Amino acid sequence: MSKKRDEFEDILEERRLSSDLRYAMKCYTPVIYKGLSPCKPNAIKSAVLQSEQVQYVIKQLAKEMGESPDIIQEEATEILDEMGHSMQLGAVRFFAFTLSKIFKQLFQRVCVNEEGMQRLQHAIQEHPVVLLPSHRSYVDFLMLSYLLYTYDLALPVIAAGIDFLGMKIVGELLRRAGAFFMRRSFGGNRLYWAVFAEYVKTMLRSGYAPIEFFLEGTRSRTAKTLTPKFGLLSIVMEPFFKREVFDTYLVPISISYERILEESLYAYELLGVPKPKESTSGLLKARRILSDSFGTIHIYVGQPVSLRTLASGRINRCPYNLVPRHLPQKPSEDIQEFVSDVAYKMELLQIENMVLSPWVLVAAVLLQNLPAMDFELLIEKTLWLKGLTQTFGGFIEWPDNLCAKKAVMSGLTLHSNIARLVDGHVVLNDKGVEDGAVGEIVFKRALAILMCATYRNQLLNVFVRPSLVAVALQMTRSFRKEEVYSCFSFLRDVFSDEFIFFPGISLKDFEEGCFLLTKCDAIQTSQQEIYPTDKGSVIVSFLSTMFRPFVEGYQLIFRYLSKETKEVFTEKQFIPGVRNFVFQLLEKGNTQCYEALSSDMQKNALAALVQLGAVKKKKMSNGFTYNVNQEAVNKILDMFDARIPVQKPVAARL
Amino acid sequence: ITIVMQELLKWNGWGYNDSKFIFNKKGQAEFTGKRYRLGGMVLPTFKEWIEKTFGASLEHKTTSRASLNVNDVPPSIVNEEFLQDLRATKISYSQDAEDRVFRAHGHCLHEIFVLREGMFKRIPDIVVWPVCHEDVVKIVELACKHNLCIIPFGGGTSVSSALECPEEEKRTIVSLDTSQMNRILWIDEKNLTACVEAGIVGQDLEKQLAESGFCTGHEPDSMEFSSLGGWVATRASGMKKNIYGNIEDLVIHIKMVTPRGIVEKNCQVPRMSTGPDIHHFIMGSEGTLGVVTEVTIKIRPLPEYQKYGSVVFPNFERGVACLREVAKQVKKSWMLASLKNTNFSTRRVLMVQCFWQLITKGFLSLQFKGFDPNILCVATLLFEGDREKVLQHEKQVYDIATKFGGLAAGEDNGQRGYMLTFVIAYLRDLGLDYYVIGESFETSVPWDRVLDLCRNVKERIVRECKEKGVQFAPLSTCRVTQTYDAGACVYFYFAFNYRGISDPIHVYEQIERAAREEILANGGSLSHHHGVGKLRKRWMKESISDVGLGMLRSVKEYVDPNNIFGNKNLL
Repeated sequence: MSKKRDEFEDILEERRLSSDLRYAMKCYTPVIYKGLSPCKPNAIKSAVLQSEQVQYVIKQLAKEMGESPDIIQEEATEILDEMGHSMQLGAVRFFAFTLSKIFKQLFQRVCVNEEGMQRLQHAIQEHPVVLLPSHRSYVDFLMLSYLLYTYDLALPVIAAGIDFLGMKIVGELLRRAGAFFMRRSFGGNRLYWAVFAEYVKTMLRSGYAPIEFFLEGTRSRTAKTLTPKFGLLSIVMEPFFKREVFDTYLVPISISYERILEESLYAYELLGVPKPKESTSGLLKARRILSDSFGTIHIYVGQPVSLRTLASGRINRCPYNLVPRHLPQKPSEDIQEFVSDVAYKMELLQIENMVLSPWVLVAAVLLQNLPAMDFELLIEKTLWLKGLTQTFGGFIEWPDNLCAKKAVMSGLTLHSNIARLVDGHVVLNDKGVEDGAVGEIVFKRALAILMCATYRNQLLNVFVRPSLVAVALQMTRSFRKEEVYSCFSFLRDVFSDEFIFFPGISLKDFEEGCFLLTKCDAIQTSQQEIYPTDKGSVIVSFLSTMFRPFVEGYQLIFRYLSKETKEVFTEKQFIPGVRNFVFQLLEKGNTQCYEALSSDMQKNALAALVQLGAVKKKKMSNGFTYNVNQEAVNKILDMFDARIPVQKPVAARL
Repeated sequence: ITIVMQELLKWNGWGYNDSKFIFNKKGQAEFTGKRYRLGGMVLPTFKEWIEKTFGASLEHKTTSRASLNVNDVPPSIVNEEFLQDLRATKISYSQDAEDRVFRAHGHCLHEIFVLREGMFKRIPDIVVWPVCHEDVVKIVELACKHNLCIIPFGGGTSVSSALECPEEEKRTIVSLDTSQMNRILWIDEKNLTACVEAGIVGQDLEKQLAESGFCTGHEPDSMEFSSLGGWVATRASGMKKNIYGNIEDLVIHIKMVTPRGIVEKNCQVPRMSTGPDIHHFIMGSEGTLGVVTEVTIKIRPLPEYQKYGSVVFPNFERGVACLREVAKQVKKSWMLASLKNTNFSTRRVLMVQCFWQLITKGFLSLQFKGFDPNILCVATLLFEGDREKVLQHEKQVYDIATKFGGLAAGEDNGQRGYMLTFVIAYLRDLGLDYYVIGESFETSVPWDRVLDLCRNVKERIVRECKEKGVQFAPLSTCRVTQTYDAGACVYFYFAFNYRGISDPIHVYEQIERAAREEILANGGSLSHHHGVGKLRKRWMKESISDVGLGMLRSVKEYVDPNNIFGNKNLL
């Protein structure tokens, strides 16, 4: 199972040895796309404005709204000016210099697989390239550009959220470093969509620069890969569908952080303390984090994936041959399905190459043993989990000669804000829990748990298939494969927004889960049956406990929806409502499921119900409203409840 | 009867016996014979070009067998009753092995390869030479009576495997050679039409019409050998189609003999509205419905003045853009001309030939300041009409060309380029002697997709070669040969050195198939004028939809329920 992976190199090492200034001023002559006709950022903008695609939409809108095309053209120009990057080498060099300083301060090491960089270098020359990094932090895109600069590769243009523009100076600086800005939602604005899509496609077609964006759409606050967004992906795939380019390379990139810069911000945000608006002064305040250490970053540049190869035999060419290529065309169903498949595939590739630090294992063990765990036991279990993770194909970066004790200790040191060692026991760092009101205690505790969960979460997508088999085994209390599978399949559907599953291959996922469990001797399977082995019960129970927060959390949220809410509500009403509900249960001690407070889980659970048809989602002028079919929710709840006796969540011993 | 043509032509390659590329004793390339202007000319740089382009070497030679091995040829199986009936008709026939093999193939690469090194599994059992429409009627009647399979044969220049005999055909296969039906039956100067027997080959038709001061202007690259009936059966197109039109524009009336009887119209008029035009069932039917025996075709007075020309462009993109612009403006001047009632004032033929720069380094002198010789491209031009208008239009075209960065490159280059069209086909036989196999194929494509299609198909060919283990970089190039209001016809030339590959033909076919897939994915057509035959059948459904295919099938079922015309083309 354990795939052959490339070796890492630390790029900061050289930065610590030689002059940053000289590095920033180095001769930068990146290799470029073979078919590139070089042009300036402004030339791209005017090409976009003059393009048949944009002109067509302008004329359409002018006709519909009875306005002069000039006015709409003006509007398009404004959109482009707001959106467009203006990459300049000067700004790049400025970033190269300052980021060198900052990164050295913040991180111990920045490790990159050099072979991946070499593959990327070849890819860039051959076909237009789309970089698809995972998104855990603002550092992601700064780091990636920094990396490409270091390796003398063409700098990418990056799709960034428009909110960055709110930051004085910084927004403009980012623009000059190659960021272009997209509004968060522009589904209804045809002009914006046309201009944006054409802008991206023009850069892609001409091979102007690698295009970089985040499939997840936003930073994952939970460190768990978010389900993909399809809009930008379908835009960058279109030139290939229309054969305007011979091929396009999609490059999955996994960026893993030993400690995430924004970890506490995220936890607050998940608990409903709003995210601070991006502002320059906010950034300056963030300077105090400069005194803190954030460990190692691992960047794994995956194998470039040829879109042509992916599409071979899948795309019906007719729709693109029968309409002029500049007309906006809603993608056909099979195209949409294909785009979605590619998106999931790319995310699964990201997950596969995510580096897991020892701390991730520690966090997973610790969360099953709250409030306190014996240090020696923690070490033992961490080591045990390491083996299991590797069996499941997890990519653990654990230095060969590092003993388990040191590894756990260094994790604890780096994450002293989350957990600490007290009298031979490791406890969560929920300071101030002893005094203060009940509500405050719950909040503080939730904060600590959610932060800790951020690290455990990095394991989940590696573990999800065998674990859901384990959960299903426990829920059904049956050994019949068929029954276990139907329960697995149900869970997979319910958690389809929570974890990353390739669409439609439930049985394959089940088989993989069983295979992995068999591999670690946790179960034995025959034609019709699945038995846990004697030795396996430890594993099965660990795995199902690992996912218990989700099973219980979803149950709580479903219960809220079936009983406590109005039949029709908006998302703005839903989140605080369910939060209060869970909060009260926690205060009363009726549940220990702190993770149900996470707005991320709440949204995913709601989305799952929408997909299962138990909740109807309607688009209104001011956002979405939801309509609960309580009977259907109850039925889903029964499927959980009837099979899983409500247990007092005692800390499960391994 | 003397079956003249067969004796003049190569049995295992393209064209006349006496015309071919060879390397002379000095190792220089030379074109033999006196039929073409290139004849006897030495091409000093050609050897270097072929070595450089393909990695071929004069030391590595393959040789075709010198003549047909009669013992390999499948026996002729014809039942005696039919032969008796046939003898009674006095129609000449032959069961000779050479005659049958000659008509068992067209000019696809794999067919020539088989001739050089192997033998066809199935060939016609008997060849018949009708001399007139009535003879054909008799033959078709006999075929129906005895349940035989007829495969009509015209000039034998097919490049779609259309002439290959289906291996599984158990009935006697009769090759119906139309070559003896080659008379011009009448010329109608008032209506400018001529009624011609379908077996006449292009050059004879033009020669004979010229004696009366006329021409049809239909000049496919194969016109030396291909026949009028063949043009009709495949929906042919000629290089001068911008002036005279394609075959479907030229045809006024068709007479065809089918197992159901004779199909024809009641009058010879420029146009009629009587339901779907039955001519369009016949044109492109590729010998699946019957035999075309007589065609009434439009004729024009011979042009008073002809002028060649050529333009070089800095690159293919500019050349295509210029052609597109010319195609746009020509339309206007065309309309103007017809409104003034001055027929066909200007006649022109255009070709962009980015590939000339590769092939013609030895033929043309093309060195222009500021042009990268590796990417420049040449357009060759031919203007026909009355002198004044020719000069006027020539100026117009050169003016447009200038706007696209084109430079006039002289009449001489234009004329050579035009002449080369007929000689190009001889190159493949030379390549075959040195482990180089190649082929051209064509498509039609809307203007806005021309460049993307050309780039992608060329790239696909290069990639497929690499993947299939071809050890030398292939030649993969293209040219625009026809322009229309709505698009263009594009030719691809593809050849590679197959040393080190055990089954080159199979590899070649896989690559050509991939290239066709690529063409279709890029919005190109299955074929502009070569036809479908058996080579491209698999894409017919995709090309014309299920219903479309059903429509064609039902016509076939009605016209030929017993599949007498069983060449298995198209459907």
